[in-house]
Amino acid sequence: MLKCDLLIDSNDIKSTILKLKNEDDYSILLDITIIDYLKFPDITPSRFAVVYILRDTTFKNQISVKAFIDDSSLEIISISDLYGSANWAEREAYDQYGIKFKGHPNLKRVLNHHQFIGHPLRKDYEITKGQICTESDDLLDEMNPLLISKGYTPEDISDLMLLNMGPSHPASHGTIRNFIALEGETITACVTEIGYLHRGFEKSCENHTYSQIIPYTDRLNYCSAILNNIGYSKAVEEMLNIDITPRAKIIRVIIGELSRIIDHLVCNGANMVDLGGLTNFWYLFAPRDKAYDLLSKLTGARLTNTYTRIGGLEFDLYDGFNEDLADVLKETETAINDALSLIAHNKIFLDRTQDVGVIKADFAIKYGISGPNLRAAGIAHDLRKDKPYYGYENFDFDIVIGSHGDIYDRMMCRFEEMRQSIRIIRQAMRELPDGPININAPGILLPSKKDVYGNIEGLMNQFKLTFEGIKVPKGEYYSSTEAGNGELGFFIVSDGSGKPYKIKCRPPCFYSLAAFSKIAEGGMLADAVVTMASMNFIAGEFDR
Amino acid sequence: MGLGVEANLGDSIVTTKLDHAVNWGRTYSLWPMVFGTACCAIEFMAAAGSRYDISRFGAEVVRFSPRQADLLIVAGTISYKQAPILKKIYEQMCEPKWVISMGACACSGGFYDNYTTLQGIDQIIPVDEYIAGCPPRPEAILDAIMRIQEKANNESILKDRIKEYKGILDA
Repeated sequence: MLKCDLLIDSNDIKSTILKLKNEDDYSILLDITIIDYLKFPDITPSRFAVVYILRDTTFKNQISVKAFIDDSSLEIISISDLYGSANWAEREAYDQYGIKFKGHPNLKRVLNHHQFIGHPLRKDYEITKGQICTESDDLLDEMNPLLISKGYTPEDISDLMLLNMGPSHPASHGTIRNFIALEGETITACVTEIGYLHRGFEKSCENHTYSQIIPYTDRLNYCSAILNNIGYSKAVEEMLNIDITPRAKIIRVIIGELSRIIDHLVCNGANMVDLGGLTNFWYLFAPRDKAYDLLSKLTGARLTNTYTRIGGLEFDLYDGFNEDLADVLKETETAINDALSLIAHNKIFLDRTQDVGVIKADFAIKYGISGPNLRAAGIAHDLRKDKPYYGYENFDFDIVIGSHGDIYDRMMCRFEEMRQSIRIIRQAMRELPDGPININAPGILLPSKKDVYGNIEGLMNQFKLTFEGIKVPKGEYYSSTEAGNGELGFFIVSDGSGKPYKIKCRPPCFYSLAAFSKIAEGGMLADAVVTMASMNFIAGEFDR
Repeated sequence: MGLGVEANLGDSIVTTKLDHAVNWGRTYSLWPMVFGTACCAIEFMAAAGSRYDISRFGAEVVRFSPRQADLLIVAGTISYKQAPILKKIYEQMCEPKWVISMGACACSGGFYDNYTTLQGIDQIIPVDEYIAGCPPRPEAILDAIMRIQEKANNESILKDRIKEYKGILDA
């Protein structure tokens, strides 16, 4: 049975994690989550358990640490002083499960609204029980202490301009709310509030079969839906201990990289709109639309593709796919060159992006920032290289890193990563093996329609899979892939039935957004807008 | 060529009904305010892009201030946390105004039938046109804009547009 790597006593949480951090170099906190065992078939020492997932600085090892929480106090020690990323992670655990973290500086809700009563991810909270919110939180309970900690007296505070940027603001590209205190045009304090697009992904997962969840994963990072499909399917397949076919692996690589290209095109295109360069947007969106044509031919949908299946893929490549793909890649290259020709030597662009919104490497590690944002800070961490899957180790491609960690580096990293993805796709197309796209496993994949209508075994198989779902062996498991925004992880707890007992998604931009206020403080308001765009926050992903 | 008095005005003057002139202007210069929250907003970007080119319908002047817009396109899931903000945005728009509910989530909550998602924005604000899809294709957005144009074309400046509406956030 798959289990967390370490099971410790809840009193030893701090000492164990401190030891892991200091002695074994586990300096990245990937995620914190809670498991509610109320309806679990096995008897457990107590109702709730906390799980910490950590990664070390070689990026090759990860460890999961689990501790049961005392039922009477529902309280454990906070580790937010050890890891910056723990701050929001613990707030989310408190919000969703009602576990208190002793010593947390600001333990308040993060995803649900401030008038919400109860903790929705507890097993005794009914899924459809919505609660109306009549007005937004004024956030002064966070802003005032923050300003006082920066040395402002109450009289000074009344001289500052307090401004809400979001949650309906064009520059936030979604539903982020930044509540900022301004001195002139300089941001002196920033409080970020999220949850405006919290759609209950994790609760919905607990009420659907493993296959039904794939469409929900589309809508996490909707700019690269297929990368989410792949990340989720891979996690479930690893729990089932199945190996997908060589052809399916390579197709997942090809379509996954194409999704990464689309993700980066949207990010850079939108970023340059914020900088005032609308032409780049038209340039970059043209190949994106072409790629969507290809995806809709292949998967039937432009944006939310639901392309993978547990154990394989929905469709094989269509006739003429090679030519279409070659076209898309060629147009993408042209668009990248066109866009770069407008900005590479453009003084306004350089002035606005260089040494602005800087993320230092140690800061990025502390806050659990991953993906292009981390690489732009100069750290060569890419799960495709550090923990290769689907044969990424066989492809010739480079990790793109920056030197300053500023907006310029992040944008240029994304441009270059698109070129690297194109390299991968071209190699993969040459090596694409023939053969089936799905494994032969009746308990996992639906039978062919011929069998469903032709014999009773096929019919029963279809019926059982549809109504009961894929039976995933009991256990708990964390798996991650390199998605458009960084490390996308899924922590799955199975009770042996066809529906997951719990799924926790580790959304990469949840953690980079948690760090955003620190990056924006001290900078100019207009720079914060561009910084935000360059970090590619996708509301569907961080709010889930 | 005119009859009666109009016949004396010559070719340089056209007479029409005020309603027709105003509706003509409104119909072909809808200024949308995109309340984009999720995946649908990305598809709206595609509709605004060069391929689908929303400006063919005179609706390309996307405003991000509700005070300057007359067409609210709610593109994406609205959670209970977001609902009071949507209502405020709607109230900030001047009459005449139209609302398009874009995509399954905005229309009905979509497949997010859970504790956090509003089960349709028409519980908060009145909606003129719904677009199905998750997300809808850009063509569907253009179709909805054309349906709004038809509605705008049949308005009268003498008629009061304000309908009786009471949503769950109206006390």
